[in-house]
Amino acid sequence: MSSQVHGAQHFDKAKRAEIKFSDAAMETVKTIISRYPEGKQKSALLPILHLAQAEFGGWLSPEVMDYVASVLKIRSVEVFEVASFYTMYNLKPVGKCVLEVCQTSSCWLNGAEDIVKYIEKKLNIKAGETTKDGMFTLKTAECLGSCGTAPMLQCGASFHENLTYEKVDSILEKYKSEGKQRNYTDLDYQNTL
Amino acid sequence: MGKKLLIHNDKVQGIHTLEVYRAHGGYASVEKALKTMTPDQVTDEVKKSGLRGRGGAGFPTGLKWSFLAKPEGVPRYLVCNADESEPGTFKDRYLMEKIPHALVEGMITSSYALGANQSYIYIRGEYFYVARILEQAIREAYAAGWLGKNILGTNYSLELSVQVGGGAYICGEETALLESLEGKRGNPRIKPPFPAVAGLWGCPTVVNNVETIAAVCPIVNMGGEEYAKIGIGKSTGTKLISASGHINKPGVYEIELGVPVEEFIYSEEYCGGIRNGKKLKAVVAGGSSVPILPTELILKTAKGEPRLMTYESLSDGGFQTGTMLGSGGFIVMDEDTSIVKNLFTFSRFYRHESCGQCSPCREGTAWMEKILHKFLNGTANESDVDLLWDVQGKIEGKTICPLGEAAAWPVAAAIRHFKQEFIDIAKSKKFNDVSHYNRLNKIAK
Repeated sequence: MSSQVHGAQHFDKAKRAEIKFSDAAMETVKTIISRYPEGKQKSALLPILHLAQAEFGGWLSPEVMDYVASVLKIRSVEVFEVASFYTMYNLKPVGKCVLEVCQTSSCWLNGAEDIVKYIEKKLNIKAGETTKDGMFTLKTAECLGSCGTAPMLQCGASFHENLTYEKVDSILEKYKSEGKQRNYTDLDYQNTL
Repeated sequence: MGKKLLIHNDKVQGIHTLEVYRAHGGYASVEKALKTMTPDQVTDEVKKSGLRGRGGAGFPTGLKWSFLAKPEGVPRYLVCNADESEPGTFKDRYLMEKIPHALVEGMITSSYALGANQSYIYIRGEYFYVARILEQAIREAYAAGWLGKNILGTNYSLELSVQVGGGAYICGEETALLESLEGKRGNPRIKPPFPAVAGLWGCPTVVNNVETIAAVCPIVNMGGEEYAKIGIGKSTGTKLISASGHINKPGVYEIELGVPVEEFIYSEEYCGGIRNGKKLKAVVAGGSSVPILPTELILKTAKGEPRLMTYESLSDGGFQTGTMLGSGGFIVMDEDTSIVKNLFTFSRFYRHESCGQCSPCREGTAWMEKILHKFLNGTANESDVDLLWDVQGKIEGKTICPLGEAAAWPVAAAIRHFKQEFIDIAKSKKFNDVSHYNRLNKIAK
């Protein structure tokens, strides 16, 4: 179960009225829904939440979840109960780049704790926090399936594996200079094996 | 050199494309099945092959297929479980990333056998980029007529698509996976009814692991009996092993079932021995859920026979002295490793991943993590070892799904085989993490 604490976020009607998928995103939504039988469009919820998170600033506000519910013709609570269950959905604002450092067994055996400490020191934040400039959020994550290439961190769609301090330096520098929001749905992922 | 059937072409340039995959004999099983076999004949070959589910449970695949209800006029579904999340396991990712068409081909052949006209690959959300690779392969397959209406001019049609999850280990449990595929929280369902009768949207459904489905291709191509000749006894065929931890050559290896564990750890063909000239301390042989074994019990059974990489040999001795092949997530630990700290990472994992439905699991996983944390910060007493033992025993067998067992077993095994480590920490009131010397500088290249 997601360990995110979701305090009551204020629902803003004015903000809600402004939320709308771009035409391109709406096309993707239609394609996703077409994969399921008639009347089973709720199945499209998880992929569409990923799309919404990428489209609307890297997190799912109550207004965005309400909008997704209207697109899928389901109740808002059905969206919220799903979004709050899965770890990949952010229910609070995050930095443009969310760094998720795997900390389970094989990664721990290979120095994941040192990687977390190194990033904490370098960015001057603790795991779970966001830098003041809104560029990075640091998180610890549970097994991401890179045990043979540990330690590793995920940022958006990219897996950065066999990490060393030097690699971490160059990853952070690259992301910072690009200044882009990184999403799971990105097409320009890269894997630095 | 053992036989390889699944990833023998993994180093071929461009094997992820349909053209190269086809040039290396790809999609032969689809041609053979659709043009020369009935669906039941395909199922029979899978039965004869002795193939067992490669996701961890090891249930005979042909038998699982034969349970599928086939009421008139009701659609049936094949769902591929690509929610690979068991710590220590990364074989499905490797297979899908390197040779995506192997899974697409397996999905077509298997769907034909089951009479499914709509199939899904449910992949963990973190593998988003792998989903992109699969989607590209599926597009190629549609364009070339391997998917869609009237495949190869027969009257068999199949639609195939990928769905990404949202990050939840529990969705690897097949009924939680189906809930998630329906756009809900991943809460496992009470069984019966089993998915074979009431699965996706209440329709008969088979859920199989990625590697299981990919293995159907060589089985159809060579015939079930030939496949069954590979391996030992009831452990037939080949298996992908994800090797990680303190070894010289971590990675995914395809082995013929029956390779001795000692050979797997020390030979240059596989793991290449323990890193930095250290000694072996312990192995988790089948993913985080299976019991950890100390060196003497992982290399040899309690009877003194060499331990083999088979379902039977690894479980020889039951949980007292044995373990399980599980998902093939093979985690190796050197002599400096703290078993208590490693266990803490497992227990933290299960606490995080419990869906919260059943009290023994929701509360028990949290308590196990808390008690283990006391060991790490030096406040544990000797009685906490007994308390930990008690808590794990109160989870096992008391939950809707096997996550309860998965969380309890590693705790039980660590206490069973390494109790002295817990007691030493409790007595000295100090946790000296010798395993936590600067690994990064040691491995920096």
